[in-house]
Amino acid sequence: MLQGIAFYLMAAVAVGSALLVVTARNPVHSVLFLILAFFSSAGLFVLLGAEFLAMLLVVVYVGAVAVLFLFVVMMLDVDFVRLREGFARYLPFALVIAAVLLVEMIVISFAVVSGGAAADATGPITFTDDVTNVETIGRVLYTDYVYIFQAAGIVLLIAMIGAIVLTLRHKPGIKRQNVGEQVGRDARTAIEIKGATTGSGLRPEDLR
Amino acid sequence: MDISIHHYLAVAAILFTIGVFGIFVNRKNIIVILMSIELILLAVNINFVAFSAYLNDVQGQIMAMFVLTVAAAEAAVGLAILVTFFRNRGDIAVDDASVMKG
Repeated sequence: MLQGIAFYLMAAVAVGSALLVVTARNPVHSVLFLILAFFSSAGLFVLLGAEFLAMLLVVVYVGAVAVLFLFVVMMLDVDFVRLREGFARYLPFALVIAAVLLVEMIVISFAVVSGGAAADATGPITFTDDVTNVETIGRVLYTDYVYIFQAAGIVLLIAMIGAIVLTLRHKPGIKRQNVGEQVGRDARTAIEIKGATTGSGLRPEDLR
Repeated sequence: MDISIHHYLAVAAILFTIGVFGIFVNRKNIIVILMSIELILLAVNINFVAFSAYLNDVQGQIMAMFVLTVAAAEAAVGLAILVTFFRNRGDIAVDDASVMKG
């Protein structure tokens, strides 16, 4: 009973906030509703017994991705009213596509599930008491999926390098320390001998 | 009030549809398009975790973690491209983004 109430609450909040993400006028509000949708989905994951993934969703999405979105939305000075042009024009078409897609997906997934092994389960099968969810994931992730795990790390590394390469820029007209040039100096390049004759000296412009 | 796997699949289908809907109606605002893609990936994750829980097989949760990884990488690179695009154009309207053809 309590689980049912929790499920319907989380599901309603997730769906409602997801709708507000795509229809909100201000993108800052969209990001905040996205955070709410992720939080509710994390609640659904807890109900399913996937505690580790729920916490991962909160840490990765709310802590990193949503904050990144928030930074970008607030950093860019964009006329968001102009970007909403065509919203009403595309709305009927989008509603038709969305309705067809929703009906298709629900019909297909229900048809597939009702013949499968999960059809008659009345609730999520909780894992045995002596092995926690984290331990179960760890035992599989670091043995059967270790290569894919490493590949996921490489994906993140490449994404990091790509983001840095795309956004890094050197402003012209700023003096920077060139460490290689500094360290590579020796006695011959450090000083320059000007042959000044006795009694005449050097003018400052001769030193260039 | 038993919650069967159908309930979770229905929620995931609705979230997926909302994501696709968001891409269609916000064709100019690439920030909302990226957020809609995040919603779609979240729906996929809910499907994975629901099947994982109801079939008592942890591999679905492993796959959901990999989807999460790819989603995070995609968001980072997408937003970096967006920032670069904004610096070069002073605007983020994507309907005339043909300069990115190369």
